[in-house]
Amino acid sequence: MEELMEILTSLHPDVDFDKEEHLIDDKILDSMDIVRLVTELTDKFDIKIKAKDIIPENFNSAKAIGALIDRINEE
Amino acid sequence: MHNNVTDYLNSIVKSKPHKVAYSDGTDSLTFMDVYNISGAIGTYIAGRGIYKKPVVVFMSKSPAEVATFLGVVSAGCYYVPIDEEMPSERIRLILDNVSSPLIICDSLTAEVAEGFKKNDTDVILYDDIRSTLRNDSVLNDIHDRAIDTDPIYIVFTSGSTGVPKGVAACHRSVIDYIEQLSEVLSFSEDTVFGNQSPLYFDACLKELYPTLKFGATDYLIPKQLFSTPYKLVEFLNEHRINTICWVVSALTMVSAFDTFDDIKPEYLHTIAFGSEVFPVKQFRIWRDTLPNATFTNLYGPTEGTGMCCYYRVNRDFEEGDSIPIGRPFDNREILLIKDDDTLAGDGEEGEICIRGTSVTLGYYNDPERTAAVFTQNPLNTAYPEIIYRTGDIGRYNELGELIYISRKDYQIKHMGHRVELGEIEADVDALDVIRMAACIYDNDKKLIILYYIGDIEAAELNKLLKDKLPRYMLPGRTYKLDSMPFTGNGKIDRVTLKKMYKEA
Repeated sequence: MEELMEILTSLHPDVDFDKEEHLIDDKILDSMDIVRLVTELTDKFDIKIKAKDIIPENFNSAKAIGALIDRINEE
Repeated sequence: MHNNVTDYLNSIVKSKPHKVAYSDGTDSLTFMDVYNISGAIGTYIAGRGIYKKPVVVFMSKSPAEVATFLGVVSAGCYYVPIDEEMPSERIRLILDNVSSPLIICDSLTAEVAEGFKKNDTDVILYDDIRSTLRNDSVLNDIHDRAIDTDPIYIVFTSGSTGVPKGVAACHRSVIDYIEQLSEVLSFSEDTVFGNQSPLYFDACLKELYPTLKFGATDYLIPKQLFSTPYKLVEFLNEHRINTICWVVSALTMVSAFDTFDDIKPEYLHTIAFGSEVFPVKQFRIWRDTLPNATFTNLYGPTEGTGMCCYYRVNRDFEEGDSIPIGRPFDNREILLIKDDDTLAGDGEEGEICIRGTSVTLGYYNDPERTAAVFTQNPLNTAYPEIIYRTGDIGRYNELGELIYISRKDYQIKHMGHRVELGEIEADVDALDVIRMAACIYDNDKKLIILYYIGDIEAAELNKLLKDKLPRYMLPGRTYKLDSMPFTGNGKIDRVTLKKMYKEA
């Protein structure tokens, strides 16, 4: 989680990722951010995020992203 | 002979009145709708006595916005698209530059638009004018007096001083571009476009006008789909989209996440890409997925009206190779000019300069910056002939194909947008708390890196910049420094900054 927060904060230092729950819906993260984020997550956590998983529900909050990473790791 | 883009509409509405012209998947307009709405808006504008003037269109990306563009044009005026994605300061600078008598907005942008209202500018709702009773005699009279060297639009690009430049293009340039592009990419009435680019850039010409020329259909793809690759391909399939002209970052967004393992575009047969160099690795994923599709690399600055060169990919490339930008479309010439104003020889590098009808009119209300890059052709001393100097460096390879090398100055291509690092620096420098700012670009990670000295923390600074800069110009990393490295002659030492960045 700490590593995830670090990546998120580097994208948007001004956003409080502990609190935000509508990162996609409120357009805090746009498509460029998603590309960067997914690329960095893939590198850092050595996971493969599928296109099907790149949907707002999985990226609306740090918690949701964390859950996605856990889920992929379990599979 | 066509001398006005509305000729395309006036002709197609007779043969395909009920076919869908523009759609965003939810709202659609047929050619008859577009004809009626643009005629109504044209009549309204003409009725206000506004003629041969810039008219600002501040609407959300929609079929209605396209119909409004054409309404402005049928009034003998030229449209200036602005968008809520633009920061308010940029919008203000644009409005100051064009001093338009009229801003057309929709219900979503109305509140913001009112904030920009000035004494001599009126703000009017699309819904209030779209049903104006069409006056054919007024519109025909305007059409009869049309001249193809009059402007059709002004679109704004990044400027190094922090003030955006308004590129004004005329009907003749747009018609010439549409005709050439349609031939190269074999557009037809069966073409179903999937438009990606925002309507406030010239990039959208590729779909908007060929749709009118052929009676094709253009889907304006909702922006949020470009954050969800799977759903994006679903959208392509649902609407049987067969032709896309996207920026490279949009194509990469799809291919980089193995989207094609789960879903493939079923109807796509024509793919054009541009604005950036397409990494060969990503290109191969697309080509392997769609082996029967044609792939065309496009290159061109806004000042040359849309795209100017093309290369139809016809061979394999190694990773690390750059895909050529090929050759100019017909009816324009590329001159590679060296610093001494002579032509580059075989294999030599030179500045890519454009000659021909596609050269735009220049920067609106900006004679100084126009004169700097729209110059007399140095190879012609016999009569006035304006060429556009792109600031891009290129050369021909051994196959005679034009290759893009790099920018001459600090201008970079970032996520499909042309960005001048100097403009970001100028905006940062303008803040009271900042003493000095410098930007570099991480070409591998595609990140704008900002270094600064000032009494503010990086997070705070980024927050401030969000109100000043468009999204695509915001730094990806921001670092506070105690001192800035300088070169011997007192300039900021960007080479050292790059070294610092790499070692960090």
